This record gives sequence, structure tokens and C-alpha cells, in this order.
Amino acid sequence: MTPGTIALVLLLTIVAVGSVIGFLAGRRGELRLEEWTVAGRGLGVLLVWLLMAGENFTAFSVLGLSGWIYSKGGPTLYILVYLALGQVLLLFVGPLIWDFGRRHGLQTIGDFFTRRYGSEALGAVVALAGVTFLLVYLQLQVTSLGIIVEVCSFGQVGRVPAMVVATAVVAGFVLVSGVRAVVWVSVLKDFLLVAVAVVVGIGIPYHFFGGIGPMFAAVEQARPGHLTMPGSTTVNTHSWYITTVLMSSLGLAWPHMFGSIFTAKSADTIRKNAILTPLHLLPLVLIVFAGCAAILAVPHLANGDLSLLMAARLAFPPWVLGLIGGAGALTAMVPAGIQILTASTLLAKNVVPSVWRRTFSEVAVGRIARVGVVLVALGALYLSMHSSATLVSLLILAYSGVGQFAPGIILGMFFDRVSPRGVLIGILGGLAVTGTLVWTHHDPFHGINTGFIGLCANLALVGIFSWREPGPAAGPSAEAGDQFAR
Amino acid sequence: VKKPSIRALGLALVPYVGMCFSVALWDRLDPHVLGLPFNLFWILCWLLAMPLILTAIYRIERRR
Repeated sequence: MTPGTIALVLLLTIVAVGSVIGFLAGRRGELRLEEWTVAGRGLGVLLVWLLMAGENFTAFSVLGLSGWIYSKGGPTLYILVYLALGQVLLLFVGPLIWDFGRRHGLQTIGDFFTRRYGSEALGAVVALAGVTFLLVYLQLQVTSLGIIVEVCSFGQVGRVPAMVVATAVVAGFVLVSGVRAVVWVSVLKDFLLVAVAVVVGIGIPYHFFGGIGPMFAAVEQARPGHLTMPGSTTVNTHSWYITTVLMSSLGLAWPHMFGSIFTAKSADTIRKNAILTPLHLLPLVLIVFAGCAAILAVPHLANGDLSLLMAARLAFPPWVLGLIGGAGALTAMVPAGIQILTASTLLAKNVVPSVWRRTFSEVAVGRIARVGVVLVALGALYLSMHSSATLVSLLILAYSGVGQFAPGIILGMFFDRVSPRGVLIGILGGLAVTGTLVWTHHDPFHGINTGFIGLCANLALVGIFSWREPGPAAGPSAEAGDQFAR
Repeated sequence: VKKPSIRALGLALVPYVGMCFSVALWDRLDPHVLGLPFNLFWILCWLLAMPLILTAIYRIERRR
């Protein structure tokens, strides 16, 4: 067998095993909507942890993390930090969201805004914006998957066929098994990915430099200044770092994070999950080592996102590459699955009923959501094949965009008087400010993350409106019991 | 809704100060520890400390 064939067989075997797990995960007759979207609110600490880890630890974050340390250097540290700090917020706010969700039978972030602020329009706006951001994120997973499969199969499988087949498989197991498919594929993916992180994070530095210490010494000598901020950039300064970490740590507001919170069986599950998640970031440190080794091992790559895979191709026998490819493909498929599921549920539950101005039965919502799965998957494929530089700026906007939901979520959980109109205008204002700055190429704006500037505008608007016309007193405290008793 | 206690919020601020606001103090290469640049070593220590800090917050809030 040629090296390419060995790698390809192993890669396809791993993806096939993952897919079978996904299809079997929901085999218990007809799934009710609540079972399909939030696993009947019955998952324990370990499964919720794996589900949320699957969302934080994506193919894009692996390729993007090594790509950033390769091409930008020091500023990359922000990725490790924001994921850890996000857990502090999750520890405080997550259980409140969970409790509010359980009492009102919520399944999406759109449901949350509709119920908390008594406004279907607000729920629909958040849902529609959420679907847009999810599509951008999803497109990046699909593109990353194409790159991984192409490089790891030594070009035997083209990027486009890989993306089409993988997206079809993901849409298939989401249709059949819902969120449980994602959870169980995540179990396999996580074991493989930790193994891969150890292999590349230690193996690549040893292969090229004889160790991690010598590797850093060589990089520091060859590229002075690369490993501190602003690294090989001019704009990613300390003020950029602080504002970007703060903004990105609001990742709790991603619509798929909401879905995962609602899958938990108790508020305590969410708290324990938040405590354990920083440990899941340790493998990312190994990915940083691998990307760092690639700086001198495979210099002058035009696309830094390829650096980890190219270095691995030089350092390892084909079967290891097949393992990396298989784990990498699953690492794209897990978040893709949850993002497709979340986007289609948002469309069916929050967007379609508001646009048609009527209520649908639960069975009808379930049918619309399944049509949504197919549409969202096709949309992501289309974007992946026509991806352009505009999409990169769209992603920056997507990350900054979801952060604009945060005031409505966090303040709304602690203060009754937060005004529905203020939240709506705050979100739209925050998005407008951020979008304008990003699209006029002012990101970062004088060393400040543009999403952060949008968030300041957003908070000001929420504050002004809530002071002048406070929301109805039927906020969370009107009905909530003692949160920590559960 | 019961608001979080001052002690819990104060403890929550610790990792923000340690990993985020204080960046100018630790973002440098020397001294190297275990062969790692100092900034990377610093973040690694905080990642290991995070579960302990979060557990402490959890305990404080649960007692109330």
C-alpha cells in the first residue's frame, strides 16, 4: 500500500465508526422535539462536559490556534485565556439560565429572549442573527474539515468531495438522533483528539529540535519578538488582548451553548462542568507547541492554518497522519452537528412562527426543524465552496456579534428592570457599531477590539432605556426560588 | 434571584486580573521555566489553578 492509502484507510475507518455511533445514538423510536433538541434535559456532568468541550475544542480552533502561533505569535495566548475565563461567567449565569429554561420549557436562545422579555419579535431577531453567526462558524468547520482530509490523505481525497460527504453524514445523524448523536460522537472524538494533541505537541518538537525547550530557544533566536505581543503583527497589542479576551469570554451567548446548557439534568451539572472545563484546555497548550515547532520546520507557508498538518506530514509515518486526519475530521463534525441542530431549531421555533404570525404544533415545529437541517447544511456547503476574504471578516463580526446578546442574558438574569426595548435597540446598535468598524477596516480600532466598542454602545443603550422605561416586574425574581437549593 | 455574594465575585475577579488585566507584567520570554517562555508558563499555571478557584467560588455560593 502507498503511504497515502494507509493514511486514507485509517482516516475513513475513524470517520465511519464515528458516523455509526451518531446514527445509533438516538435509536429509541420516534424522537419528541425536546428529546431531539435538548436530550430531554437528562444529561449528567460527563456528557455535558464532552458536549461543551466539543463546541469549544473545534477543528477550526485546532487549525486556527496552530495557524495563529505560526503566523502571528504571542497574541495567540488570548485563545487559551478567553476559554478559561468564559467558565467563570458560566459558573454564575449558567445555572440561572438552566433553571429559567427548565421552568418554562425553553430549548433555544430565541425561546429565552421571547420568554424573559415577553417579546416574540426580540426572540426572532436574536434567532435570526444567531442563525447567521452559526452559518459563518459552520462554514469554517466544513472548510477546516476539507483541508484536514485533503492534507492527511496526501491529496487522494479532494477538498470538495470531503466536504460534501462529511456534511451529508453530519446532517444525516443529526436528523436521525438529534443532540444525542453529537454527544456520543463527541466521546470518541475526545479520546482521539487528546491522543493526537499529545502526539503532535510532543512528537513534532522532538522530531525537529530534540525537545520542547530547545524548540522554543531556536524559535526565539530565529524570530525575535515573535512569541510576545504584538508578535509578528502590528495591531495585536496589550490593549487589543485585554478587550478581545473580555469580549470573547462572553462565548456563553453562542446559541449552541444555550442548547447545551438546557441538556443538563440539574443546575449543579452546569456548575461542575464549568469547574472541569479549564482542564480540557490543557491539550490546546500542546497544539501551541506543535504550531510553534512548525515556524522553523515548515517556514514560508502562505496559509498558516496548514502549518500543523504540514509539519506532521514531515515528522510522522502515514498511519499517524491517518489518525490525525480521522480525529481532525470528527473534531469538525461534532461542532458542525450541534451548530446545524441549533440553527435549524432556531429557524423552526423562533423565526418561522414570527414571520408567518401563527403558532405551530410541536409536531409541525419538529418537521420544519428537520427541513431546516437540510437547508442549513446546504447553505454551509455553499458558503464553504465560495469562501472568500469577506467571510473572514464575517467571522470576526460573528464572534463580536454574539457578544451583543450578553447584556440581555446576564443583566436580564439578575435585574428585573432591564427593558425589552433597550435590549433590542442595544443589540441592533452594538451590531451596527461593530459591523461599521469591521467593514471599514478599522478592526482593531485604535488598539481596542471592535466588538468591545459595540458592547459599550450596547450597554449604554440598555442602561438608558432601562432607566427611562423599566421592564415589566415579571422578571426572573418574580418566580424564582433559591437557585442553589437544586 | 439571589445575587452572588461579594466574596464570590471578588474571587471571580482573581483569574481576570491574573490572566487578562495584568498582561503587561507577564508577557515576556524570561525567565524561562521548564524550557517554556514565561508568558506561556504563566498561562499554563493559571489553567491548572482555575478548577481550584472555581471550586472555591462554588463552595462559597453553595453555603449560602
